[in-house]
Amino acid sequence: MNRWNNQIHNNILSLPSFFFSFSILIPNNFWVCNQGTSKPFTFITTGSVYIVSKVVIRLYNNKGNMPKDNSAPSTPTSARARHRRRSNEFPADESKTNGHLLLVNDHNKYRSMWIRACSSLWMLGFFLLVIYLGHLYVLAMVVIIQIFMARELFNLLRKSHEDKHLPGFRLLNWHFYFTAMLFVYGRILSHRLVNTVTSDKIFYRLVSRLIKYQMVICYFSYIAGFMWFILTLKKKMYKYQFGQFAWTHMILIVVFTQSAFTVANIFEGIFWFLLPASLIAVNDVAAYFFGFFFGKTPLIKISPKKTWEGFIGASVATTISAFVLANIYGSFQWLTCPRKDLSTGWLHCDPGPLFKPEYYPLLPWLPWTEIAILPVQWHALWLGLFASIIAPFGGFFASGFKRAFKIKDFGDSIPGHGGLTDRMDCQMVMAVFAYIYHQSFVVPQDYTVETIMSEILSSLTLEEQQILYMKLGQILQERMFGWD
Amino acid sequence: MQKENNTTVPSATTPRIRHRKRSNEVIPEPSKANGGNLLVNDRNKYKSMWIRTHSTVWMIGGFALIVYMGHLYITAMVVVIQIFMAKELFNLLRKAHEDRHLPGFRLLNWHFFFTAMFFVYGRLLSQPLVNTVTSDKFLYQFVSSLIKYHMAICYFLYIAGFMWFILTLKKKMYKYQFGQYAWTHMILIVVFTQSSFTVANIFEGIFWFLLPASLIVINDIFAYIFGFFFGKTPLIKLSPKKTWEGFIGASVTTIISAFVLANILGRFCWLTCPRKDLSTGWLACDPGPLFKPENYILPGWISQWFPWKEISVLPVQWHALCFGLFASIIAPFGGFFASGFKRAFKIKDFGDSIPGHGGITDRMDCQMVMAVFAYIYHQSFVMRQGISVEMILDQILTNLTFEEQQSLLMKLGQILQERLEHS
Repeated sequence: MNRWNNQIHNNILSLPSFFFSFSILIPNNFWVCNQGTSKPFTFITTGSVYIVSKVVIRLYNNKGNMPKDNSAPSTPTSARARHRRRSNEFPADESKTNGHLLLVNDHNKYRSMWIRACSSLWMLGFFLLVIYLGHLYVLAMVVIIQIFMARELFNLLRKSHEDKHLPGFRLLNWHFYFTAMLFVYGRILSHRLVNTVTSDKIFYRLVSRLIKYQMVICYFSYIAGFMWFILTLKKKMYKYQFGQFAWTHMILIVVFTQSAFTVANIFEGIFWFLLPASLIAVNDVAAYFFGFFFGKTPLIKISPKKTWEGFIGASVATTISAFVLANIYGSFQWLTCPRKDLSTGWLHCDPGPLFKPEYYPLLPWLPWTEIAILPVQWHALWLGLFASIIAPFGGFFASGFKRAFKIKDFGDSIPGHGGLTDRMDCQMVMAVFAYIYHQSFVVPQDYTVETIMSEILSSLTLEEQQILYMKLGQILQERMFGWD
Repeated sequence: MQKENNTTVPSATTPRIRHRKRSNEVIPEPSKANGGNLLVNDRNKYKSMWIRTHSTVWMIGGFALIVYMGHLYITAMVVVIQIFMAKELFNLLRKAHEDRHLPGFRLLNWHFFFTAMFFVYGRLLSQPLVNTVTSDKFLYQFVSSLIKYHMAICYFLYIAGFMWFILTLKKKMYKYQFGQYAWTHMILIVVFTQSSFTVANIFEGIFWFLLPASLIVINDIFAYIFGFFFGKTPLIKLSPKKTWEGFIGASVTTIISAFVLANILGRFCWLTCPRKDLSTGWLACDPGPLFKPENYILPGWISQWFPWKEISVLPVQWHALCFGLFASIIAPFGGFFASGFKRAFKIKDFGDSIPGHGGITDRMDCQMVMAVFAYIYHQSFVMRQGISVEMILDQILTNLTFEEQQSLLMKLGQILQERLEHS
């Protein structure tokens, strides 16, 4: 009952904050050049204050009983977590069909399913709101998710007994975290930041200077943390401290690789972030339902509740829905246009050849004479294939990890779901793949003589253009003579 | 056995190792003056010192030969060192009992190693490789497509290893396997970060590889000498034989020798010219403003004492001062890290490849920190012209066909001519 009361409590508390934020007319980011005209200021500021108030309320009620509005739409992963939970609680039960265990504990099951569905809906709604608000807010959401994930993982293997003897060790973790954040986001956002502050001369020089020496700043920050670590090594605690140091590095690599690629995808166009995330969600839902109705043969020893029928059915469903979703998402310019700076206004662009529909004639006995297919749908097929076959290995990895270290869940931020890392495990594998696929197979197709030409004329000075001309001429001459 | 293809080793770290060994064997003894322990065990000491000096001389000789032979051979040496370092480190925390139940687990380590090697060296050497194979059309197209899909290939290799790891998870061995997986990643990161930066430095000019390495050597030698003669106050609990006198004396000496060494090394074209392709021939190039001597007139009071009226300073010597500062103050922390690590896991040495010195990782611990710094310093402060020109040139060469490149060249030529006529 506690959970119910807290949930209603939370909603009532957040309404006043909603109305309060309406009354605040915070001026939009003063450094933004082009301000959107079709989004009212109040809505943007309202949304952000609402989000902040939700987070603050959640932090004050830190028993973790309230739904946390974060992260990926995951109605189906709730069911998967339920399966995973039950598998952790009854490790001896191997390879039972899904049907048997589901009908046990009827009352508890329905209530917990209701709680999970509720928190899933909140998360989904929040996610859609953030998508509507734009690239910068999606970026902020990713950063917040990252902070909470890192916090969960840092706390995971810490032993409180040793920690009492090591004051300031937690601070070291966060020092490395912020160094990594500076490094990763500095590289990804440097161009866009420069484009944003071109209006103000002082800011522009400051930002350019920062970007030029970004590697040095990050390196010295890392070296400072390294020296701090060595100077705080205590006798008899060496092994624990080295273990924690290695653990910190592994966490930061895992968290920042996928979030860096996610952010890079977002600024290429929300489509390249939304489509992979949706495919993972669809895969989970479909896997649950196929397993529910047809599940018989177990899939892998690490996750005893997963079945081959669920896996194959979900693969087919994911691939088909990838094809369909790409068509739906590709028709919105908000999703397909890349963002060149850090503004929040509306986007207009030429979507490029990938999003222009091509018409294929259909067989004459069907009611439609032709079908419009966006070329990006063929790319989406590959994304769907990966999401259904390889991305679940991220989930297996997390399951194996939890069994290895005898943990039930990574955290308890989300009621009914466990921690944030539980939700993000498959998303992480998918985000990296989406970025690499985009860089290798999508972007090079866009390169034409015109695009490179415009890049040359816009980003190089006259002298540099002449240098380029001479060098290119030399190389092409060498090639021509070499091949004749 | 003596391996000739190992990196430079300072003859002075031999006594440091001797101290470290003795400190590991006799752990409760804190901070004795260096002089006291050295006179103990005369005969054994001279014999082991002779062995160490012998292997040191071989290593330095081998290193000098490889530097003479060129960039490609230095890269090969770095790769070989890397392989041996990785082998030492992989073997370090393995437990033989568990390993019997996990066949093929060692192979997984090497799979990740070769994926990392392909990724790192693919990125570093892609441009020089393309420049090397421009003569053959078929090979050129093959290499270009390999480079274009390089990230995708590496990613799929990694994912294959990841899936292999998950499919070989065995009950009751989960914790060991995850530990080994994390350990593999940490090793690969440590080994490949520094070696990739080293190789990047080499192709910018052997100077930027030779100078940092020499500074670490000099720092070690003089830390030993100063500690030998003046050492009294201990420096850090992790390494009881190091002293403040040795540290400070070595810092001063390293900075001075950085200034001098940069002058000496900067005169050779072989060392200062960057290498644009993978050939091994002689290099001739315009060394750039950094290596052109500037003459400073010495103030009057110096010329009274010394016969020189003016001194020629290469601008690169000022950069070398920063290198010397870093090598003397911060690079030793790499050594402290390795010492702490060995104490934490109760290991005496990382390996036993080099007689008298321990393993290769023992020799490379300070070098690793220095190599990364040298690369980052070079990228940020030693200005290279036309970075964006290089990037766009890369894009043109990898993404356009030959005909498109020619049409781009023509259009660019036209536009530049119009601009020249207007201005």
